[in-house]
Amino acid sequence: MAEHIIELQNVTKYYDDNLVIDNVSFYVNKGEFITFLGPSGCGKTTTLRMIAGFDLPSSGKILLNGQDISLLPPNRRPVNTVFQRYALFPHLNVFENIAFGLKCKKISNTYENEKGERYTKKERLSKKEISEKVKKALEIVDLEGFEKRSISTLSGGQQQRVAIARAIVNEPEILLLDEPLGALDLKMRKEMQIELKEMHRRLGITFIYVTHDQEEALTMSDTIIVMADGVVQQIGTPTKIYNEPANTFVADFIGESNIFSGTVVGDKKVKFCGKTFDCLDEFEKGEPADVVVRPEDILMTSPDRGTLVGEVISVVFKGIHYEITAQVGKYELVINSTESRRLGETIGMNISPDGIHLMKPKYTTNIFDGVITKRNTVRFADGEFECDVTQLYPGSHLDEEEYLITAAGEKIDLTDTEVKVEVGLHDISISDDAEAGGTTGRIISIIYKGDHYRLIVRTEGEDNEDFVFATDDLWNENDLVSVIIPKEKIKLTLKHTEEKKR
Amino acid sequence: MKIPRFSRKTLCIPYAVFLVFFVIVPMLVIFFYAFTDSNMHISFSNFIKFFSDPTKLSTIVYSLVIALITTVICLAIAYPVAYILARSSMKRKFVILMLFVLPMWINFVLRVNALRELFNLLASLDGMEWLSGSNYFKTVFGMVYDFLPFMILPIYTTMLKIDPSLYEASADLGASGFTTFTRVTVPLSMPGIMSGVTMVFLPSMTNYVVSDMLGNAKVTIIGKFISDYFGNDWHMGSMIALVLLIVVFVSTWLTGGFKSEENVRGANL
Repeated sequence: MAEHIIELQNVTKYYDDNLVIDNVSFYVNKGEFITFLGPSGCGKTTTLRMIAGFDLPSSGKILLNGQDISLLPPNRRPVNTVFQRYALFPHLNVFENIAFGLKCKKISNTYENEKGERYTKKERLSKKEISEKVKKALEIVDLEGFEKRSISTLSGGQQQRVAIARAIVNEPEILLLDEPLGALDLKMRKEMQIELKEMHRRLGITFIYVTHDQEEALTMSDTIIVMADGVVQQIGTPTKIYNEPANTFVADFIGESNIFSGTVVGDKKVKFCGKTFDCLDEFEKGEPADVVVRPEDILMTSPDRGTLVGEVISVVFKGIHYEITAQVGKYELVINSTESRRLGETIGMNISPDGIHLMKPKYTTNIFDGVITKRNTVRFADGEFECDVTQLYPGSHLDEEEYLITAAGEKIDLTDTEVKVEVGLHDISISDDAEAGGTTGRIISIIYKGDHYRLIVRTEGEDNEDFVFATDDLWNENDLVSVIIPKEKIKLTLKHTEEKKR
Repeated sequence: MKIPRFSRKTLCIPYAVFLVFFVIVPMLVIFFYAFTDSNMHISFSNFIKFFSDPTKLSTIVYSLVIALITTVICLAIAYPVAYILARSSMKRKFVILMLFVLPMWINFVLRVNALRELFNLLASLDGMEWLSGSNYFKTVFGMVYDFLPFMILPIYTTMLKIDPSLYEASADLGASGFTTFTRVTVPLSMPGIMSGVTMVFLPSMTNYVVSDMLGNAKVTIIGKFISDYFGNDWHMGSMIALVLLIVVFVSTWLTGGFKSEENVRGANL
């Protein structure tokens, strides 16, 4: 097994009171090119900053070669960073920028005195050594002869190269790159991707790369760590992450995909889009499953030979392939093919078993902690909802004063009773009107599932709860909406009695 | 009908007229007076008199020393204040900055007067008698008190503009806190320092209100000297003014004040 150069153990990070990294654990092998991939705000940069030492974990450990470095200041870690906006020193020229780290460095040299005793001395690098190292670093990044240039005269790409040279000249054990290509144009970015990969091969040191660009991650990495919401979603090779996404988030974020809600109907058989397909994943019969099918895994055929039959509703030319959208009943499927089809044409479609990937659904219901209020409503997820409190005690009813009378005739004041609130995925709707529902939140995720959208709405108060539900309407991410739940769909159970029973 | 057109050049005319009548002509007049005698004949007698008179020369030197001490003390106080304020994430740092700047809103003469009364009060206390005689101390104290905001503000604004990721980059490259300070913070705040130094050094050489009121008229700085001479001998006064002009010119040149474009960007008040 390869050596773990960096290992994070249950690392959690709060900024003020916001949880940004939630119990993250992973390791990085020596010499690997590893990428943290995720949408902005997913915690990837924070994770990198904790490895560099700019942020300290709120709890958990960071190990470097097995030693705990969680609280070590950045200047004492053998890692160097290429910053997002380069962070070159504007008052120094190219040479001085690159030599900055070398001038700070002290090397232990071993000498022998007249008596033959050996002793070590901490010494700074000589001017000659520094200038040789700088020259070599400039050669690696292809900027020979730029020593005397001032930073402000360099183009974005050249500054990028100086930033890389400034980091690698110190021969760090790990090179951290925080979205280093973000500010470059597409062509330049592609070139730099190849150059960075080549540099990684030549230098043989560990690269930890942060990006939100899935293509960049797939192209460059040995291993990808997909993050969302401060949580690691999946760790794996690019091929594995693309072919076998761990959940709908990964499937949706990496590459194009068709995601459906299906049911396992037999041994390696799954039903979705109204048809039964053979698949390779073994799930228990009757289990719900999220089904991912990549657009290139749907094969078009004549209508009489296809398992699915549908009508072409859109054709877009994408250079090397056509992106064809077909309507099958109420479902929409996206197909990538080198062949084109006419709009309105009826086509048959087949999916081979290895093109179908099943995942256990992450969300099956919404569960919250709630408290009954004076008015017999329930308060949870930063809001208050009308509910039927009589379900807490079988056979009970409310009297004229709104007190609960149990089947035995006992009068109970439910105020401040703690309850477990359960709401099904299909029992929630949302509205633009902030007053319409019991609480408000922002849409943080939208995933299309063939015939409906799966949304996650996060409330913005201190509870910060998520509502997961299905809707037919398309909303925009980050919209502020109010959450409506019909009174009869809120299922309550007493927390208190549950404990007593045990 | 001809429509009058205002080009940029025409808009410059009022300023040019102002410049000629209130800057260039007075300078020429000073130059003329400096090199003439009381009979309006060209003469170098003022020049020779000035540089052969030890009292006049020592006044210049005293002035320079007082200005220098004031500037150094101001810098020593202002730099840490600006550094702490600019780098801290304090929510109320605006209030602290205001506390330093607020005195500027009160009339200058009033402030110096108040300070004098305070010194007099202190000097009447037991063990504080030394204060009544130490005119130089009181002068420098008053100048520091008056000019401090002019040092804090430019340094603070320059420091605010330093990208915090540069500090991180420095630490990342292995620099200790002290190295980061000397090799990143100080060089990058240099424009602010220069601007502050200029704004404290020059007035503390010429602003004789402070030295008059706090120094019991025993401390004569160059500004006072000039004003005294203009009471009876315009020729000598002009000569001293000319010498001061050269001193100012040289000191501005030394601190790089003429390379205005890049260096002082954003640092001027």
